[in-house]
Amino acid sequence: MNTLDSNEKLDLRGVLCPINFVKTKLKLESMEEGQILEIALDAGEPIQNVPKSIKEEGHKIIEVKKENDHFRLKILKR
Amino acid sequence: MDRFIEDKVNKVQVKVGGTEERVNFNDLKSGGFIKQRQKDLFTVRLRCPGGRISTEKLIGISKIARKYSKEGVVHFSFRQSLEILYVDYKDFDSVVRELEEIGVKVASCGPRVRVPTACGGCEYNPNGLTDTQGLAKMVDEKYFGIQCNHKFKVSFSGCPIDCARTKEMDLGFQGVVEPVWYEETCTGCTICAEACKEDAIHSDSDTGKPIYDPMKCIWCGDCIRACPTESWQAKRYGHIVRVGGKHGRHPVEARPVAMFIPDDKVPEVIEKTIEWYNTKGTRGERIATLLERVGIEDYKEFMEGVFNSGSPVREGFK
Repeated sequence: MNTLDSNEKLDLRGVLCPINFVKTKLKLESMEEGQILEIALDAGEPIQNVPKSIKEEGHKIIEVKKENDHFRLKILKR
Repeated sequence: MDRFIEDKVNKVQVKVGGTEERVNFNDLKSGGFIKQRQKDLFTVRLRCPGGRISTEKLIGISKIARKYSKEGVVHFSFRQSLEILYVDYKDFDSVVRELEEIGVKVASCGPRVRVPTACGGCEYNPNGLTDTQGLAKMVDEKYFGIQCNHKFKVSFSGCPIDCARTKEMDLGFQGVVEPVWYEETCTGCTICAEACKEDAIHSDSDTGKPIYDPMKCIWCGDCIRACPTESWQAKRYGHIVRVGGKHGRHPVEARPVAMFIPDDKVPEVIEKTIEWYNTKGTRGERIATLLERVGIEDYKEFMEGVFNSGSPVREGFK
């Protein structure tokens, strides 16, 4: 998968569920359709829950990278 | 000492359904009127399948409860129905009539099919895999009140979290989904392995692609929901059927007897189970006791036709 430039970034390492999802959702709401948000998420509960919820909101996860103990996700706002 | 006197005098003159009758206090229980400690006062149990009530009905119920409950209270029963407390038996006729006017029925107790319970299910719960509410409504309409050897409780859980406690029911249905993986669209992102709480998915150390262990999977669908590229999809939805559970003084855990039973076979599973229970069982015997007495194989054999619509239970699965 190509590395796409992100329009916005959010570092959610250390942020607990469901605040990490709420912050993601609020950020996405402030963005334009077609823009890309990059988030850093902890392994464990955050990576188990947040991607599901992002999908349920209708957005698309277009890139996932594992970096040591956390994940870097790129989300396409829809 | 009033209570003891009342307990002996268990036949009274009362108007039920518009006619004067001598009513046996013990018989009243079958109609959802449960005797309280207090003289002349009863709990009136309503029928709320799956614990769902429209706000309009709730307003109606609350008006009736305010009018007839001597203490002005209701209670949420352990099986999700509302109970109006402290109702005088002399008011039964009016209470039943007024409830009927707003489309609310009185429940039942005793040896029969009870009001089914259910979680929210797939309608609005993100974990929900099956339409538990729709199925509970169907069971209430088709099977409620059928006479059995003892009480017969049915519940529906929409996923393996099993909030409706199918393991404690005479007959329980728990939603499951079988996942299937498509390699072409998979990017090896490893989210599914992270999302799986059962350790049933590992990521290949080179490609990141999933290695699936069907022996550990409990069919919750977390992998399907988590996958960013829809590379995990639902192969089939269905129900795990559990039989012979009960709580009470001597709890028994229900045993899984079939898996991936489709929605349209649920009525047949219920009908055949009741048929087996009423034919083989004796009066006053719970299905858990009957299964203990004659053995589960007898039941499974009887159910074979309908259970063939699903899959056999995996060895060691509870």
